[in-house]
Amino acid sequence: MSAPPESPAPKGEEGEWKPKILGVLCNWCSYAGADLAGGGRIQYPPDVRVVRVMCTGRIDALFVLKAFADGADGVLVSGCHFGDCHYLEGNYKGAKRMFMVKRLMKSIGLDDRRFRMTFVSASEGAKWGAVITDVVKTIKELGPSPIKEFSK
Amino acid sequence: MAEKKKSTTKKTESKKETKHEAPAKQEAAQKAAPSGVSTTKTQEKARIGVFICHCGTNIAGSMDINAVQDYAKTIPNVAYVDNYKYMCSMPGQAVINKAIKDNKLTGVVVAACSPRLHEPTFRTATKEGGLNQFRFEMANIREQNSWVHMHDQEGSTEKAKDAIRIAVAKAGLLQDLFPKAVPVEHAAMVVGAGVAGMQAALDLANAGIKTYLIESQPTIGGRMSQLDKTFPTLDCSQCILTPKMVDVGRAANIELMTYSEVDAVEGYIGNFDVTVRKKARGVLTPAEAEARGIVGGGCNGCGDCEPVCPVVKPNEFEVGMKPRKAIYISHPQVVPLIYTIDWNSCIKCGLCVTACGPEKKAIDLEAKDELVKVKVGTAILATGYDMFPVEKKTEWGYKKYENVISSLEFERLICASGPTSGHLVRPSDGETPKRVAFVLCAGSRDNTGNGKPYCSRFCCMYSLKHAHQIYEKIPGVQAYLFYMDIRSFGKMYEEFYYRIQDEGAKFIRGRVANILEDPVTKNLHVHTDDTLLNRPVDMEVDLVVLAAAVQPKEDTNRTRKLFGVSCSMDGWLLEAHPKLNPCGTTTAGVFLAGVCQGPKDIPDTVASAEGAASAASIPIHKGEVELEPYFATCIEERCAGCGMCINLCPYSALALVEKDGRQVMQVTEAKCKGCGTCGGFCPGGAIWMNHFATPQIVAQIDAFLLGGEQ
Repeated sequence: MSAPPESPAPKGEEGEWKPKILGVLCNWCSYAGADLAGGGRIQYPPDVRVVRVMCTGRIDALFVLKAFADGADGVLVSGCHFGDCHYLEGNYKGAKRMFMVKRLMKSIGLDDRRFRMTFVSASEGAKWGAVITDVVKTIKELGPSPIKEFSK
Repeated sequence: MAEKKKSTTKKTESKKETKHEAPAKQEAAQKAAPSGVSTTKTQEKARIGVFICHCGTNIAGSMDINAVQDYAKTIPNVAYVDNYKYMCSMPGQAVINKAIKDNKLTGVVVAACSPRLHEPTFRTATKEGGLNQFRFEMANIREQNSWVHMHDQEGSTEKAKDAIRIAVAKAGLLQDLFPKAVPVEHAAMVVGAGVAGMQAALDLANAGIKTYLIESQPTIGGRMSQLDKTFPTLDCSQCILTPKMVDVGRAANIELMTYSEVDAVEGYIGNFDVTVRKKARGVLTPAEAEARGIVGGGCNGCGDCEPVCPVVKPNEFEVGMKPRKAIYISHPQVVPLIYTIDWNSCIKCGLCVTACGPEKKAIDLEAKDELVKVKVGTAILATGYDMFPVEKKTEWGYKKYENVISSLEFERLICASGPTSGHLVRPSDGETPKRVAFVLCAGSRDNTGNGKPYCSRFCCMYSLKHAHQIYEKIPGVQAYLFYMDIRSFGKMYEEFYYRIQDEGAKFIRGRVANILEDPVTKNLHVHTDDTLLNRPVDMEVDLVVLAAAVQPKEDTNRTRKLFGVSCSMDGWLLEAHPKLNPCGTTTAGVFLAGVCQGPKDIPDTVASAEGAASAASIPIHKGEVELEPYFATCIEERCAGCGMCINLCPYSALALVEKDGRQVMQVTEAKCKGCGTCGGFCPGGAIWMNHFATPQIVAQIDAFLLGGEQ
């Protein structure tokens, strides 16, 4: 939260700036919830690209950091609710790592709001729509990732 | 990235060495695989086919398929691109088959619906084309694209392009994998012995499968045994249920475990190790007595113990309207006919032990819980439901006014074997009511936050039945049904509704606002708005029956965590697919039957139980199941033997072993479920997760963010 203010979204030559947001979803809860949102035709912004893993426990902290190093404007990790993990406790272990990533982001001056972990179950299609809408809104407010500027 | 690629080559080689259990045929294929698989070579040689599905207008209506196809041709490693109206159709699959052969593809990407829906279809198509079925990756451009960005053609098209690029990146690195076949234990478990559980257990037993039927109560029968009659046929509930209860008690293939609970579940489909807690009943069955050397002893249900017991408690089976002792059976038709001691009220005076006598010696006041381990191939959950505590709706005065009763209390009062021998009376004065109001949707279809948002599905019908029953038993009675809608959707249900109308019941359409009691007469005033006549109603009646909603069992959370089953937002257990897999769950080998999945009437409950029994018997009869080969593998040259992964594994599948003079991790494949929690942490990157390997996931991330060029 204490990160320095970043450059606002540039009003590009080709119209509105589109953020690049990576979503890493667990197969059993959040991916199924996202599918349910589709079945329910719940409309949300198209800015998140999804990579599916079996469990949020699979997600290495380095995956998230790699995404930021590659220039992602935001990363969303989404899994089962606590106590609801298909693999009993993978989401606890994943969440622990993700907290670490957040702390690390703060300490290197990258706004930690660019990274979010959410818990969306297989029956929460509407919630999925709300989560994506909010993530995209947050990232749009924060503007492009400063890492892109560095690597230029 | 270059470093990562090199390491991947190493990984595949080490994989080759560590393969040990694969059958000869598979091993040959496995050995052949790495040459084509090793990442650096794959990058040069990968030939990916991309197949874009229109899904009619489901996908094509929201995005520019031609633009997506033109873009796909420019993605590195893509050797062939095609599109088809319905990729999942037979001609669509033929397109994939032919393309694999004609273009010597090494991987297949289908951009269509969710992999949760059609992954098996396209894996089969990939296999039929001559490739290993795991060299397939799906790009979800329907559920997570065209359906959720219906009015954003540009955004949707761009997202589809990215999704395909991400999928192609992974497909280029996929390996040949082989499902692992494991034998299935020739036994099943059914949890809950209501009508659903009993039906499922009987079906399984009749199919020749040893079945453990677990019931938490001292007797089987469940809710249905508490009911008086069933709609619309007016069969006596006990009369049609007790033969089933007796069958269950007698069936040689059913091992009935009443007054028992599941304590722990380990393992996976085909091999569940279940620990069952047999709660201390305090009374020995004849078999248990014999095991203790008391020949001819044990409880024979004579009931000599009951009259001498000095403790009197309300009988839960009669909804507290009839007394029972601390040693009791809840009703005469219990199966098994064995008494049970209620430890919360027993004072251990020992009078029952004396009454039981020295021959039977059935009573053991020092009995302890017993843990029994059983091994089963599949399990069915049939745990049933609880009644909604309708006193939460304070405006109706349940538990405040004596003459406001719940539907379950009505069932017991009108039942010939109930506390009043079938005479419906007012609790306040024992008089026969002449005006009876039935309040429907008592807690159902309630969005106030105090009730349940869903329809409980059978209250309309049983309230109609209740109205019929009072007309049958009380001359000159008048029934009033306060309803929102009458949902009489089943076979012969609508006809039953007309019959009750003809019998003279009055239907008033309006949600009951409140109920007030006349303190002198204890009569009740039901207030509502008649929404058909558009006028307020104040009806004075003698008795009010609240058609209470049903809700998930209190211990649903415990049950679902034991078996790894999810629940839906309203708390009922969640099926694998609401339409096409209503009995299955996301845990392979665990099935659902009856109301634990959502409100059902008796015909639907029995049908779902038979469905679940059939589904649960399939793997058992087949004898083996194939597990998805998403196992973890240790890349031994990178493993430092730190052992961090071992504590992370929720299934105790990992262990440190001594190899070449140092400690390395080893995976027991049969225990590994492929979550990847170990692989997400390993500080040395020494764990290779099949199908979700680090290089594969990193390639996906890079493909998205760096546009595929690295």
